[in-house]
Amino acid sequence: MAAGAGHSPIEQFVLKEYIPLEAFGFNASFTNSSLYMVIAVSLITGFLILSTRWRALVPTRLQSISEVFYEFISSTVKENIGPQGMQFFTLVFSLFIFIFVVNLLGMIPIPGVTITVTSHIVITAALALMVIGLVVLYGLYKHGFGFFKLFVPSGVPAWLLPLLVPIEIISFISRPISLSVRLFANMLAGHIALKIFAGFIGLLLGAGVWAVLSPLPLALTVALTALEILVAVLQAYVFAILTCIYLNDAVHGAH
Amino acid sequence: MDPVAAKYIGAGLAAIGTGAAGIGLGTLFGQFLSGALRNPSAADGQRGTLLLGFALTEALGIFALLIALLLLFGV
Repeated sequence: MAAGAGHSPIEQFVLKEYIPLEAFGFNASFTNSSLYMVIAVSLITGFLILSTRWRALVPTRLQSISEVFYEFISSTVKENIGPQGMQFFTLVFSLFIFIFVVNLLGMIPIPGVTITVTSHIVITAALALMVIGLVVLYGLYKHGFGFFKLFVPSGVPAWLLPLLVPIEIISFISRPISLSVRLFANMLAGHIALKIFAGFIGLLLGAGVWAVLSPLPLALTVALTALEILVAVLQAYVFAILTCIYLNDAVHGAH
Repeated sequence: MDPVAAKYIGAGLAAIGTGAAGIGLGTLFGQFLSGALRNPSAADGQRGTLLLGFALTEALGIFALLIALLLLFGV
């Protein structure tokens, strides 16, 4: 692959253990991924507390940034789940702002330290399983076994049901898979593409007369970085809105 | 066939799926634009749906790229 000086684009995803710990036979070390999660949570908590410190009725500039985030998620939740969806507001807000900050932190290149937390499938799988687990458990709690009417769309002739219900069940089971893999693959592919194109710049510069062409991969890397920042924000929004859509199925039962 | 060669060929075939995502995205944005140019005042209200559709379609193209990357780097 395009590996200048022996750096492969996969190297950036290797975890570095800062404090080796062990829990029940599992490797529970404090890695750079854990460090970035701690940084993200401290940043979010600090920003939200600091910006709403004065609780002004007419918001200051900092407070209005927090209000934009609040209003954005609040309107998304109310639109997709309805007014009783506000009981899930803190979950959706936490998911959105955590994925948002963690994706953007991964775009800041500090050599040897930076890692995008969501570029590991275990993180996104944990988030997606939490969302789908909530959907199933809340649906069972609210509708009892009527929750399974979700798999039987209304207005379908009875002879079609043995074909349709397994398809609906499979498409429901594919939700946590697609939710987690979407975020993971977007982050993984984006960062690999960034490192490959950045490697091209160095390769061209070291190839003698072709060095005049090296501004081309540089321009492409800059454009790709802009695209990656857009994708980072967009994937957080998509995770949040899909959470709202799945919760709508749990709250409002069948189609 | 040499398994490493088969992996590389498989990765190349898997990456064709990203072109299919391009077709989907072109259709999506084209339909949005044609609707928005007919009814500009209703366009802003659907921007959220447009971004959601973009992300969902792009996800499938990225799944194809993921298979290619798994074949190349992930054994």
